[in-house]
Amino acid sequence: MARIIGGVATTHVPSIGKAIAEKKQNDPYWKPFFKGFDYVHYWLAREKPDVAVVFYNDHGLNFFLDKLPTFAVGAASEYRNEDEGWGIPVSRAIAGDPALSWHLINALVGDEFDITMCQDMLVDHAVTIPMALMYPGEKWSLKIVPVSINTVQHPLPSMARCLKLGRSIGRAIENYQQDLRVMMVATGGLSHQLDGKRAGFINKDFDKLCMDKIVNEPEVLARYSIHDWVEEAGAQGVEFLNWMAMRGALTGEVSELHRNYHIPISNTAAATVVLENRAEAKRRAA
Amino acid sequence: MKQDIPGTIMFDGTQAQKGLALNRMCFSFNSAENRAAFLKDEDAYCAKFGLTEEQRAAVKSRNVLRMIESGGNVYYLAKLAGIFGLNVQDIGAQQTNTSVDEFKAKLAAAGR
Repeated sequence: MARIIGGVATTHVPSIGKAIAEKKQNDPYWKPFFKGFDYVHYWLAREKPDVAVVFYNDHGLNFFLDKLPTFAVGAASEYRNEDEGWGIPVSRAIAGDPALSWHLINALVGDEFDITMCQDMLVDHAVTIPMALMYPGEKWSLKIVPVSINTVQHPLPSMARCLKLGRSIGRAIENYQQDLRVMMVATGGLSHQLDGKRAGFINKDFDKLCMDKIVNEPEVLARYSIHDWVEEAGAQGVEFLNWMAMRGALTGEVSELHRNYHIPISNTAAATVVLENRAEAKRRAA
Repeated sequence: MKQDIPGTIMFDGTQAQKGLALNRMCFSFNSAENRAAFLKDEDAYCAKFGLTEEQRAAVKSRNVLRMIESGGNVYYLAKLAGIFGLNVQDIGAQQTNTSVDEFKAKLAAAGR
């Protein structure tokens, strides 16, 4: 049976890709962010996940605004990155797990989530940067199932809806007959705003609330409307939808094993969090 | 009715409709060939995508707030900004009418 081991959530700011390419991990500006991944590397080496479900938002690589799905699930055997037009290096490709993708697609549609299924899907920096952060300089043996959530063109799905989407995926994985160790990944956030006269908005107190409540009280966060979220976390802070879906997919109680929070990376309050599935931790201890 | 959030234009159906041509042009900048074509003949490139007069003026003057008012979405506008080597701190400074150093200092102050 497949087991959900836990989740990693991280910021995906494009300039991180440039910093990696230019080997700036130890520069004073970047070090407080990159050192937050030491624990992630330790945890991944210990847990050895086989596959990750990656909740992210596309920024205009695979999707354009003319045909924009609210939720899209990848079903490809390989996910390529391409030129995104903002000068970050093109990433190597990431392997998919089409059998797991179709299992999740069937389960989601069965649960009345009318998702878009993508047999061809380019993944942008919101997938490739977290991969490069989690597995620096190695061959990527981890397979992924990318789940894209619209955080760009309103109306966006609600926080509550994304929590439910994650729960549906979590249940489906628990019923998957393959012997796989599955990790959840959420990318994006936390508070930031790139556009308008309010550009540069960051809200440390609200971010702390989000990191506290995502652990075992996501329902508290699910009550916020998107409008209120934009007010509290900035226009692009709505990327937290990805975190809500990830948390939903970690079906039971979880423990926060690690948290790193640093302001600013680019225009963003950068956060990295590792959550462990408590049932899995007990099984390991037994 | 919800109060507007000061300094924020929600990218909703109204903005998305208004901005389709501009955002479509910016989407095309995922290709290096298209970025070069824009730099070679900006007028012709903008004409090809059918930008409105307001959008053309905003692009011509490199005015990000006007691009957003005319329907531009910041993720797409960032691809245009990239052609000129501008990052999100540069466009943040322009939109908030501060220097780039002041804008960066404001970001850093948010962490304290």
